[in-house]
Amino acid sequence: MAKKNYLVTIDRNRCKGCELCVHACPKQVLAMSKDINEKGYFFATVVSQPDCIGCKFCGMSCPDSAIEVAALDEAEVAGGI
Amino acid sequence: MQTIFKRPEALAVQPTHYCPGCTHGIAHRLIAEAIDELGLRERTVGIAPVGCSVLAFNYFNFDFQQASHGRAPAVATGIKRGRPDLVVFTYQGDGDLASIGMAEIIHAANRGEKFTVVFINNAIYGMTGGQMAPTTMPGQVTSTSPFGRKTDDVGFPIRMCELLSSLRTPAFIERVSLSSPKHIIRARKAILKAFRYQSEGRGFSFVECLSTCPTNWGVTPLKALEWLEEHMMPYYPVQNFKDFEPATPEGGKDAD
Repeated sequence: MAKKNYLVTIDRNRCKGCELCVHACPKQVLAMSKDINEKGYFFATVVSQPDCIGCKFCGMSCPDSAIEVAALDEAEVAGGI
Repeated sequence: MQTIFKRPEALAVQPTHYCPGCTHGIAHRLIAEAIDELGLRERTVGIAPVGCSVLAFNYFNFDFQQASHGRAPAVATGIKRGRPDLVVFTYQGDGDLASIGMAEIIHAANRGEKFTVVFINNAIYGMTGGQMAPTTMPGQVTSTSPFGRKTDDVGFPIRMCELLSSLRTPAFIERVSLSSPKHIIRARKAILKAFRYQSEGRGFSFVECLSTCPTNWGVTPLKALEWLEEHMMPYYPVQNFKDFEPATPEGGKDAD
């Protein structure tokens, strides 16, 4: 069975830089950015999307509901989102 | 593409005013998810407390009422008795519920009022600047206990779940933690169950969420979660204290 692919989207301007998602991710998909968002916080970003296993731990532990997780179809993976 | 996790509909788009890493946001989301899952959004009324979550009405897409300090259970009693068709819940912190609102919560629980209480226990008064709460841990430094909480002077922290579970009427009492995804999944189930029991008219339901206050504890959000697991969870055991299962149709008010 082919590995499923997932897309994690972080709304950078909702993020307050608490790092809870980075800590919760079992696959180190997320990391803190070196840039700041419009509130002045270092926001979380996705650094290794293909490693995502779709566990949703990042979204669950985000206090600001800044994270969305989506499951990708095969066609979308081939098309390169 | 199929979205498998996103902000629930019952949670407003507006970003919260809470500090970075504050678990209020997680508790808000769990409540909104429960309301959405049960399809109760059009007939839910929340009661906001006094504390950091005093502005909670900004963050939910359903009706809200704000109560005086600690009096949320009294206001909820009025709303629920006036309009039994509504789903009513109070959202209270430890300073609000366990200190000034102690009389209200105990009597509302004892009367078996059919609403839900979500109790956020972060062992400190958050909004007013980190004063000692009845739930502050022994030895914990706060702005009114600068040398740590002395149990000789002020006693030990109050365990609300244990206190309320000594009453006979409440239908559901559970303590959960918001410290890690594993505990958040359990918390989600407990909150969902509390609202489900209310919508089925089973009686008083109470969920205590162990939370953090990184700002007033003076640590980073990650360290706060560790402190919660290390110091609070052994004293406040995460477990179910009371669960009404369908023994009698009346809802927890069975005769001996």
